[in-house]
Amino acid sequence: MPHHQLIVVGGGLAGLRAAVEAKAAGLDVAILSQVHPGRSHSGAAQGGINAALGNNPDGHDDTPEKHAFDTVKGSDYLADQAAAIQMTRDAPGVIFEMDHWGCPFSRYDDGRIAQRPFGGAGFPRTCYGADKTGHYLLHTLVQQAYQRQITMYVEVFVTGLVVDEGRCRGVVAYDMIHGGLEAFTADAVVMATGGAGRIYGNSTNAIISTGGGAAMAYLAGVPLKDMEFVQFHPTGLLTTNILMTEGCRGEGGYLLNDEGERFMARYAPKAMELAPRDITSRSITTEINEGRGIGGADYVHLDLRHLGAERILERLPGIRDLAIHFEGVDPIEEPIPIRPVQHYTMGGIDCDVDGRTRLPGLYAAGECACVSVHGANRLGGNSLLETIVFGRRAGMAVVSDLEGGAPSGDAASAGRAAVAALESRVRDLVARGADGADPYAIRAEMVATTRDYFGVFREDAVMRTGLEILRRLKDRCSLVGLRNGGGVFNLDLIRTLELEGMVDLALCVAEGALARTESRGSHARTDFPARDDEKWLVHTLAYHTPEGPRLEYGPVALGTFEPQERKY
Amino acid sequence: MRTVTFHIKRYDPARDAQGSTRVQSFEIPHGGQLTVLEGLFYIQEKLDASLAFRYCCRASICGSCAMYINGRYRLACQTNVLHLHTDEVRIEPLPHMPLVKDLVCDMTDFFAKYEYIRPWLIRSSEAPAKEILQSQADRHKLNMPIDCILCGCCYSSCPSVWSEEHYLGPHALLWAYRFEVDSRDEARKERLPMWDNERGVYRCHTITNCVEACPKELNPTEGIQWLKMAAVRRRLFGASK
Ligand SMILES: Cc1cc2nc3c(=O)[nH]c(=O)nc-3n(C[C@H](O)[C@H](O)[C@H](O)COP(=O)(O)OP(=O)(O)OC[C@H]3O[C@@H](n4cnc5c(N)ncnc54)[C@H](O)[C@@H]3O)c2cc1C
Repeated sequence: MPHHQLIVVGGGLAGLRAAVEAKAAGLDVAILSQVHPGRSHSGAAQGGINAALGNNPDGHDDTPEKHAFDTVKGSDYLADQAAAIQMTRDAPGVIFEMDHWGCPFSRYDDGRIAQRPFGGAGFPRTCYGADKTGHYLLHTLVQQAYQRQITMYVEVFVTGLVVDEGRCRGVVAYDMIHGGLEAFTADAVVMATGGAGRIYGNSTNAIISTGGGAAMAYLAGVPLKDMEFVQFHPTGLLTTNILMTEGCRGEGGYLLNDEGERFMARYAPKAMELAPRDITSRSITTEINEGRGIGGADYVHLDLRHLGAERILERLPGIRDLAIHFEGVDPIEEPIPIRPVQHYTMGGIDCDVDGRTRLPGLYAAGECACVSVHGANRLGGNSLLETIVFGRRAGMAVVSDLEGGAPSGDAASAGRAAVAALESRVRDLVARGADGADPYAIRAEMVATTRDYFGVFREDAVMRTGLEILRRLKDRCSLVGLRNGGGVFNLDLIRTLELEGMVDLALCVAEGALARTESRGSHARTDFPARDDEKWLVHTLAYHTPEGPRLEYGPVALGTFEPQERKY
Repeated sequence: MRTVTFHIKRYDPARDAQGSTRVQSFEIPHGGQLTVLEGLFYIQEKLDASLAFRYCCRASICGSCAMYINGRYRLACQTNVLHLHTDEVRIEPLPHMPLVKDLVCDMTDFFAKYEYIRPWLIRSSEAPAKEILQSQADRHKLNMPIDCILCGCCYSSCPSVWSEEHYLGPHALLWAYRFEVDSRDEARKERLPMWDNERGVYRCHTITNCVEACPKELNPTEGIQWLKMAAVRRRLFGASK
C-alpha cells in the first residue's frame, strides 16, 4: 500500500501549488489525479488572475486593500474579510513567483506584466496571458512539479477518505490504468479536486468537474459552506455552454439585445458591461424573460466587432477559435450568441485561510474549498488567484502541522478497511448490473433539475418542486447497477461511483437556497428580493445526515469594510 | 432526427492481444449538432458502457481526446460530425501508440520524453523583487510553442518516432525550443546536449506530418529547424550563457 507524508488529491493549480510548497520544504509528496495534471480544468481559464501590481497606466493607485474591498463588495459582504485581505496581500508575491517560474504573461512595452480591466474591480488589475491564462499557469506549475520530482499517480480516481481515530489518513481510489481498487495512506491529505459545475446541466466547467472532493469530505462529516451560492457567468456560448471570457468585455466588448441596445446602461450605468457577474447575468436573463432576446429567443449578443481584427487576434485569439469551432461564428465578422450559464462553485469544503478543515489531517484548497473569499459572488480573476494563494498556504500548513512527526494510529489497517468497504460497494453495483437503476438517467434528470429549478432567479414554490425531485433521485441512487463490471479505464464505474456524491451536492445547493429567504450575490430570490443583513449575514454550513443535509449557520468575519448597498 | 454511424476501433486487454483490435459500429441519432466526443458519450451511456476514451474540458484546451478520425488527427471535442461531410465516422486511437483500452493509448513515453528536455525555466541569477522584465518582442517569440496542449497528435504522426523509439519527438523538441527562445532562461549551455544529438533534432527529417496533425495549428518543425540552426551557431561561435 503506497504511503506518502502528503497526498494531494487533484493536479489542478491548487493541488500543484500545495504539492510544490510541501515538497520544497522536504516532505514526501504525491499527487493523485483523475487526469494528467496538465489536463486539469484550470487550463481552461481564459481571462486572467488578479493582483494589485499597479502596472496598468490606470492602475497606479491600486493597492491590496482596494483589491480586498472590491472582493468583499463583490461578495455581497458574505466573504470573510480577513481572508480576502490575506489573499490580496499574498497576490503580488505569488504572481511574481509564477513569472519567475516561467509563466508567459502578456507584457507592456516596458517589459512588465500587462493587466486588463475585469468586472467589479475598481482598477485594472487582472494579469493575463492573452486569453489562455489558465493554460499558461497550469503548464508552468506542472513543470515545477516535474522539476521537483513530485510523485504523480496519474489517472487514479479517488472515491473516498481513509479516516482513523478521527483523523484523515489517506484515500481510496480506482486505478484506471491498472484496474484495481487501492488505498493510499498519508500523514495529511490536501483536497484540491476543483468545482462541482457539472451538477448543473448548463455548465462552462470541464466534464470532470463533478465535485468529488467536496462530496467525500461531506460524507466524512466535514461541513460544506455556502453551497447555495452558484455563479452564473453572463457569457456562455449558446449551443455548448463554452465560456467566452469576461476579458471580452474587459477589452471593450458590448452586450446587445434584440434592439441592438447596450442594455447594461439600464442595470449598471457606471460599470456597464463590467458590472459583477451576478448583476450582469440577472440583467441578461431579465432581457430574455421580457422578450428582448435575439429574435425573441433565449440569448443575447456579445459584440466584439468594433474592437477590430488586430486587437481580437492579439488579445482574444482563443476566444475567436472557440467561437468559430463551436458556434460557427467569427467574432471579427459577427456578434457571438451567448447566455448566462453555471460557471463557478462559490461554496465548498469549510476551511480556514490555511486550508485546515474540521477533520484533522484533511486540508482543502482551490475551487472545492470555501475559505471564504468569494462569499455570495466571486469576482472574475479571483479564482485563479485563490488556487495559488491558498494552495501555497495549505502546503505550508501541512509542513508546520507535521513538524511534530507523523500522527499515531494504524493508517495501513484503516486503509485496508476502507478498500474492503469500497470493494463491497462495487460488488453490490456489479450484482445489480443492468437490472439496477440507470445511473445515466438519474444524472440527466439531476442536471436538468438544478438548471431549471435553481437557476439565476429562484423562488420558493419552484425550489420546493426541484427539491422533491432531487430527493427522489437520491433514493434511486442506492438502486443503481453497473453495466460494465471490471477492467481498466472503466468509465461506467467512475461515472456511477461519482453520481451519488453529485446528488448530495445538489441537495446541499437546494436546501441551502430554499432556506435562505433573502437575495444576496448570486442567490437571487424573486420572493425575497432584498438582502437581509439582520438575519442572513451568516455562512450556511451543511452537514451530512442519512436523511439529507442538516443546515447550521456560522458567523461571517467582518470588521474592516462596513456592509453597504452594492451599486455599480 | 438524423443518424450517424461511428465505426470504432476497439481493444480490450482482458480479451485481445496487444496490437489486435476489432471494429465495432454504433448508430447515433442527432439533431444536427453533434461532436465526436458527444457521440462517444452517447454510446457509453446508452449502447455500450464498456467503451473507453479520455475526456476533460470538451473545449479543445486540455488535450485529452486526441484521436484519429476519418483519416486525420483531431480532437474529438472539437470535431463536429457535420464538418466531416459524411455519416460514416471511423474513429481510432492515436496510431503507433501502445494501447490501454479502446481509444485510450499509453502516454508514458510521451510524457517521459517531455520531462527529459527539462521543460521548466532555469536561471542562475538572483530573482528580482518583482517580475523579470521581458519585452513584448521577446514575449511574442513564445506565442507559438506555449499553445501546445500535449495532446500527442504530432508524436503519433511522426515517422521518425515510429522508426526510432528513442527519438524525443516533435512535442518534446517544441518545448525545448520554447525555453531556448525565452529571454528569461539562462541555461543555453546546459540545454544544448539534451537535443543536439541523434535522439534529438537530427532525427527530424522535416516530413512535417506534425504540422498537419496539430489540432492547435502549431508548427513543431519550425521550432526544430530553429534549434538545428542554433546548434550550428553555437558550435561556431559558442553559447552565450
Ligand atoms: C472556462 C473557465 C474559465 C475560467 N476562467 C477564469 C479566469 O480567467 N480567472 C479566474 O480567476 N478563474 C477562472 N475560472 C475559474 C478557475 O479556472 C477555477 O476555479 C480553478 O482553475 C480551479 O482550480 P482547482 O485547482 O481548484 O481545480 P481544477 O483545476 O479543476 O483541478 C481539479 C483536479 O482534481 C482532480 N480530480 C477531481 N476529482 C478527482 C477524483 N475524484 N480523483 C482524483 N482526482 C480528481 C482533477 O483530475 C484535477 O487535476 C474559469 C473557470 C472556467 C470553467
